[in-house]
Amino acid sequence: MAHGHAVKRYSGLMDWLTTVDHKKIGILYLIAGGFFFLVGGLEAILIRIQLWKPLNDFVSADTYNELLTMHGTTMIFLAAMPVIFALMNAIVPLQIGARDVAYPFVNAIGFWTFFFGAVLLNVSWFTGAAPDGGWTAYAPLSSTTFNGDHGFDYYVLGLQIAGIGTLVGGINFLVTIINMRAPGMTFMRMPMFTWSVFITSALILFAFPALTVGLAALMFDRVFDANFFDPSGGGNAVLWEHIFWIFGHPEVYILILPAFGVISEVVSTFSRKRLFGYSSMVFATILIGFLGFMVWAHHMFTTGLGPVANGLFSIATMLIAVPTGIKIFNWLFTLWGGSIKFTTANLFAVGFIPTFVMGGVTGVMLAAAPADFQYHDSYFVVAHFHYVIVGGLVLGLFSGLHYWWPKMFGRVLNEGLGKLTFWTFFIGFHLTFFVQHFLGLMGMPRRIWTYLDGLGFNEMNLISTIGALLMGLGTIFFLLNIVVTAFKPKNAANDPWEDGRTLEWTISSPAPEYNFKQTPLVRGYDAYWKEKMDGHTEMTPAEPLGSIHMPSPSILPLFMSIGLFITGLGLMYSHGEWGKIAGIEAGYVVGGIGLIITFTCMIIRSLVDDHGFHIEPEELQDKGVKA
Amino acid sequence: MSAHSHDGHLPHEPEKATLEGRNKILGFWLFLGAETVLFGTLFSAFLALRDQVLDGPTSQELFQLPLVALATGLLLTSSLTSVFATQALHMHKVKAMIWWLLVTVLLGLGFLGLEIYEFYHYVHEGHGFTTSAFSSSFYTLVGFHGAHVAFGIVWISLLIGQLAKKGLTVTTAPKAYVAGIYWHFIDVVWVFIFTVVYLMGKVG
Ligand code: HEM
Ligand SMILES: [Cu+2]
Repeated sequence: MAHGHAVKRYSGLMDWLTTVDHKKIGILYLIAGGFFFLVGGLEAILIRIQLWKPLNDFVSADTYNELLTMHGTTMIFLAAMPVIFALMNAIVPLQIGARDVAYPFVNAIGFWTFFFGAVLLNVSWFTGAAPDGGWTAYAPLSSTTFNGDHGFDYYVLGLQIAGIGTLVGGINFLVTIINMRAPGMTFMRMPMFTWSVFITSALILFAFPALTVGLAALMFDRVFDANFFDPSGGGNAVLWEHIFWIFGHPEVYILILPAFGVISEVVSTFSRKRLFGYSSMVFATILIGFLGFMVWAHHMFTTGLGPVANGLFSIATMLIAVPTGIKIFNWLFTLWGGSIKFTTANLFAVGFIPTFVMGGVTGVMLAAAPADFQYHDSYFVVAHFHYVIVGGLVLGLFSGLHYWWPKMFGRVLNEGLGKLTFWTFFIGFHLTFFVQHFLGLMGMPRRIWTYLDGLGFNEMNLISTIGALLMGLGTIFFLLNIVVTAFKPKNAANDPWEDGRTLEWTISSPAPEYNFKQTPLVRGYDAYWKEKMDGHTEMTPAEPLGSIHMPSPSILPLFMSIGLFITGLGLMYSHGEWGKIAGIEAGYVVGGIGLIITFTCMIIRSLVDDHGFHIEPEELQDKGVKA
Repeated sequence: MSAHSHDGHLPHEPEKATLEGRNKILGFWLFLGAETVLFGTLFSAFLALRDQVLDGPTSQELFQLPLVALATGLLLTSSLTSVFATQALHMHKVKAMIWWLLVTVLLGLGFLGLEIYEFYHYVHEGHGFTTSAFSSSFYTLVGFHGAHVAFGIVWISLLIGQLAKKGLTVTTAPKAYVAGIYWHFIDVVWVFIFTVVYLMGKVG
């Protein structure tokens, strides 16, 4: 295959807008997801300022509802998911010894649809109507009857567009992991992070379509006057709850499993020990993924499904604690007797373990249906899910980011600032949320704008607000660290922690465009560590040096997503807001134009074959990168 | 890659000859998994809401099985002709392939025509999209399927053009193969719609 094809290669901004390189897409996900983390965090701080004392009127009740709804929606869909996708993109192909993901082009579509969906949702702030019925969008609160403005139109259309990106991303990673592992990398030799991404992708595949349908149905109700969830038209509001949570509970595992994966890698690396009970870890991950689909009604115990349904869902939910417990013990046994290094990444990992256990314990408490009638819709639930999401997922993400930062950017983050980040964030976190358990038990309802004096809520709310500010400070230290590090020379070694066990540490930091000069031959679990133990410094190549085929960059994913964005915006304003063009609602015309843009891009992509280009062996030598 | 694309050297199963091709096929099967959940959710919503007819006509009054049976016949036959197209693919007979795909598209168009006529007729009977929860969920479920058929028709038509122009290559073969799987899938979904929506709607 000696023939190359002339392909236009871009630089600067155009490079980022057209890239199909998984490593660059990972960075794009990180920037966008990080940005929305800050937005969601700011919303959280505003919420906490409103609640710091009784009968406060820092924001109005309406604004509070908007802040609350946008905080939850942003954090789950626009912050946590994309940062997970950032790590997936940056690391998984490297861990399995692949040169790219299965569909580089689709990967770019995934990012851009997420991005424009996220922007669309946030445009609502500027058009004067952010959604305000909670991130769960329960009908009939989210119906036009009770929400006449456009808030939930932004919610359904923004999330629908972002959801496309997540779904295709999930399929992409499933195929990548199944089809593109390096020779010798059997399933039972895959690093734990890759395993967790594999299961998470499977959950995305089976959970997101339910959300797609739910959002479409809610959109039909709102935009086209359908009657899915509107009782006066024969609709059923509880149907929305079922659809939402059939998606929603698997979604929480979509979020937490990658964090489990990160913790497994970090704990094992910095204990200088093989992960304890690797196969039971794999098994537990699969089991959690499977059980995750059978427990959705534990969010609906008080809806009135009856004792039999509540009982079954109660037991199914408690069962999940078993595989989760297996994981916890395996991490502890990995640490046990290891020569532990408390790097920032490891501090976050070690902080994760007890914190997540606390979230799991309150989870089992909530899973007891009769008891849940007391906890439900109180601050106890708020404490529970923040312990699993912030104390679990976010600590996991911080750990992963500190750990893989050199592989993504070629620079090791400053350890001093990192430790400062950890301690402020960790202490701030527990200050914020620990007291909320007791607020809930004392009867403070969740999603409440303000509270009366003399209920005994004052001190704990104040503590909680102080904690939130401390978490904000921790985040600022992290940002500071990024900036400080960016000015340091780009000199991270291939294996900057020196104890790297997996394939990503065998190549330069950051990885070259083509990842591996020669595909490595994998001879066991912890492939790189095995070579180290056998006295080798690099992997044995599985193929001779040859020219490497690369996909061409493309601007189409960006335009496809812009098209969808325009469609979403148009559909919302199709009730006379924009007048008529040639007798047709202007909103529909705009929506139609958007769809035409998207479909034109799809047709171009389908008709024009992408031959890509080749990087020749001589160029590989020039870059002097070791495989 | 273009080195393989001269017809004489085409491998036995050209759709699986390259990693890209294998990725495409695997990814497409997974995508159909997602589509299954999508239609599953639509079916659940329909089943939950189908008795809520309010003032509109009931399914018993509305559905005319002969017409639906005819549409079913057309779609099932088109599944058969798409199998013939895939068989032609494996025998490297581009002409036959194009021909069978053309028949598939025509049958699909026939199905779609009948469905549009059917919807038009229902609206005249007072069964509009906004009439009741039954009507909304009916049009959404059946309409989603109809949209899939329409998408398939456009897709396969474009494919026919590519096959005519570029012939059968290791890049066109996976596309044609995958389109065949897609077409079967929407056929299977229709079998469920026919049973759950129409037959059960007539009986219960
Ligand atoms: C041992 C594992 C877990 C159990 C037994 C459990 C149980 C529960 C139960 C029963 C509820 C409903 C409480 C109520 O509304 O009254 C709940 C809520 C919630 N859980 Fe968990 N959970 C577990 C793990 C997780 C994980 C890992 C996450 C996310 C990473 C998570 C996120 C949430 C969220 C977001 C809610 C609140 C949803 C809402 O109503 O807004 N949970 N959990
Ligand atoms: Cu749940």
